[in-house]
Amino acid sequence: MLEMVPLSAAVPNFATLPALMVGSTPIAHLRPLDIVVIALYFGMVIWIGFYLKGQSNTSEEFFMAGREMTAWIAGLSFVSANLGSLELMGWAGSAYQYGILATNWYWIGAIPAMIFLGLVMMPFYYVSKTHSVPGYLDLRYGGEARTVSAIAFALEMILMSGVNMFAMAVVMKVVLGWDINFSIIVSSVAVALYVGLGGLRSAIFNEVLQFVLIWGGALLVPILGLYQAGGWTGLQTKIIANMHSDSYFHLWRDTGSFAANPMGVHWTGIVFGLGFVISFGYWTTDFLVVQRVLAAHNLRAARMAPLIGSFFKMAVPAIVILPGLLGLVLLQNPDGSRRVLVGEDVVAACGMSGAQQVVDPAGCSAAMAKTNLTPEQSAKVLAGGPSAELHTYNQALPLMMVRYLGPGLLGLGITALIAGFMSGMAGNVSAFSTVWSYDIYKPLIYKNGSDSHYVMVGRLSIVAGVIVSIGAAYLVQQFHGIMDYVQALFSIFVAPLLAAILFGMFWKRATRWAGFLGLLLGILFSASMFVWVKLYPAKLAVVALSADAKPMAENVFRALWAFCFAAVIIIVVSLFTKAKPESELDGLVYGATVLPKEEWVPLYKREWFWAVLVGAIFVALNVMVW
Amino acid sequence: MHGSRIPIWFFIGLLLAAYGGMILGYGCYEAISGNFAPGVQLTELHTPIWWGAVLLLLGVVYVVKFRPGKKS
Repeated sequence: MLEMVPLSAAVPNFATLPALMVGSTPIAHLRPLDIVVIALYFGMVIWIGFYLKGQSNTSEEFFMAGREMTAWIAGLSFVSANLGSLELMGWAGSAYQYGILATNWYWIGAIPAMIFLGLVMMPFYYVSKTHSVPGYLDLRYGGEARTVSAIAFALEMILMSGVNMFAMAVVMKVVLGWDINFSIIVSSVAVALYVGLGGLRSAIFNEVLQFVLIWGGALLVPILGLYQAGGWTGLQTKIIANMHSDSYFHLWRDTGSFAANPMGVHWTGIVFGLGFVISFGYWTTDFLVVQRVLAAHNLRAARMAPLIGSFFKMAVPAIVILPGLLGLVLLQNPDGSRRVLVGEDVVAACGMSGAQQVVDPAGCSAAMAKTNLTPEQSAKVLAGGPSAELHTYNQALPLMMVRYLGPGLLGLGITALIAGFMSGMAGNVSAFSTVWSYDIYKPLIYKNGSDSHYVMVGRLSIVAGVIVSIGAAYLVQQFHGIMDYVQALFSIFVAPLLAAILFGMFWKRATRWAGFLGLLLGILFSASMFVWVKLYPAKLAVVALSADAKPMAENVFRALWAFCFAAVIIIVVSLFTKAKPESELDGLVYGATVLPKEEWVPLYKREWFWAVLVGAIFVALNVMVW
Repeated sequence: MHGSRIPIWFFIGLLLAAYGGMILGYGCYEAISGNFAPGVQLTELHTPIWWGAVLLLLGVVYVVKFRPGKKS
């Protein structure tokens, strides 16, 4: 989440993840070959950092990777920046709980927005030559909107990096038994080294590397799982037999009411809240991902990059959703019975003492009564002992890895998870560094520095960012509830920002004060709704318009209302304030910009061709698992 | 990303080739010795051998195609 927060703010389970640190037995045991595989990865990323240092001397090189990335590299980096390890584990866990419904966060929650970014929005970002999303707001509206956006974004990035760091340390503790401090120190030193040396180029290189490692390390799980389950038909038959429901295989069929599906979401929330506001907000305005595309070497590459990324994004459920579904029928306890995964709250309630005895048997029984555990399995847990240990939904993917991956392959799988965490942190600090240097330090603190001065500021801000992230990681360790709030930051910020960008880009009449006030008041409105539901959980029914709504629905509906609120503010304020003359909107607004004519290329190299193709595959996939 | 600079694909190829070689080697050792890691399923498919070979092949192709100094 974390990176995934945007689309996966919906996976609430990781907020209680720290509870797992107490008394858990590691899921996996690494062999020497696995250690060598992991060590090789660390050696490679640091080598890349040192190698790229010589190509990161100017601010354009350090912050924008010299704007010379090919469409493939920018596209893979674009999609990889969102492919964090908590996202992989979280959505595999969600698939275990909710079935294919979780795929919506990969398909409608990403693909239409990626196509829109590539075809419609990218020309304005690219032609304006902005270095960041707050930078675009500066050009379009003025310094006020830029400052609000930059401060909110920088704060979000740095806290998110800390949460990412802490989450990695907890996952490594739970999966491998590694010491929390060891994981935090090793990951932060590696990230500070390779991003501090090579800048955005280094972050992008490592994201592409991470993308390949994730597929190399995780693709075997669904291949071997499907083989063992008897193929797709066998998997369906077994799940229906075990779970007595075919809801696990339907994406839309059961979303006609909140109560008809286990996620407690309605199709209107999925289409308008997730598919429009959250998805468009994340994929088209979050600088963390947009920065990767801005680094493309020309406009056509910048437009093609999100389209290339969308093909891979559509394929990700193969390594995330499928392992979760397979876990429902294939995971076994040591005695051969079917292993039932539970929520982290249940594991926390059934915590063991040093003598392998449940500390609070009554609380544990009450928690287990709400799960699918059989009476025999519950009795075993209460009786204690190593074979009775509970595992959480979020451990579905690591458990499946351990089931099929022997020495070497397991190391590769774990390396993929580590790479996912580290490139997430690297993405956070590199985006932070750019926004801090260009949108906060330069306009507000020191305007007339030399180019080398700002590169130095960028490098120092990466080191400072990593140090603050470490502080944030330990803060989260002390006060677990913070994680929940940090993860909510994105969802509070995204909707008003989307309104400001869309109106700025497609409505010539939107004014300086409209952009600023729409953004600021929209953020305050969104934050107020978040606090309101936190203080009075029953108000979720008001926000999501149904008493049957579950927390998963809150983010999508909150985003929807915040977008509408910010849009109304922008429209009303624009009508009462003076608009910029059209001559000042060239390169920034649709209808006031003459886009550069692109050279002729064959059909198969045109972005429209690929957009139609990806759109057709998207529709076909949704129909197939309707 | 080409010319005198080392492309990212070269680094990826190098790492994949190293991983593929090690995993393939271990898979061969497992197959010959019959000494499989306890608890791992479907060992009869000899996954490390064919997956290691795939990684090695991909890695070698990328290393050769994107090696430094090669004209693109």
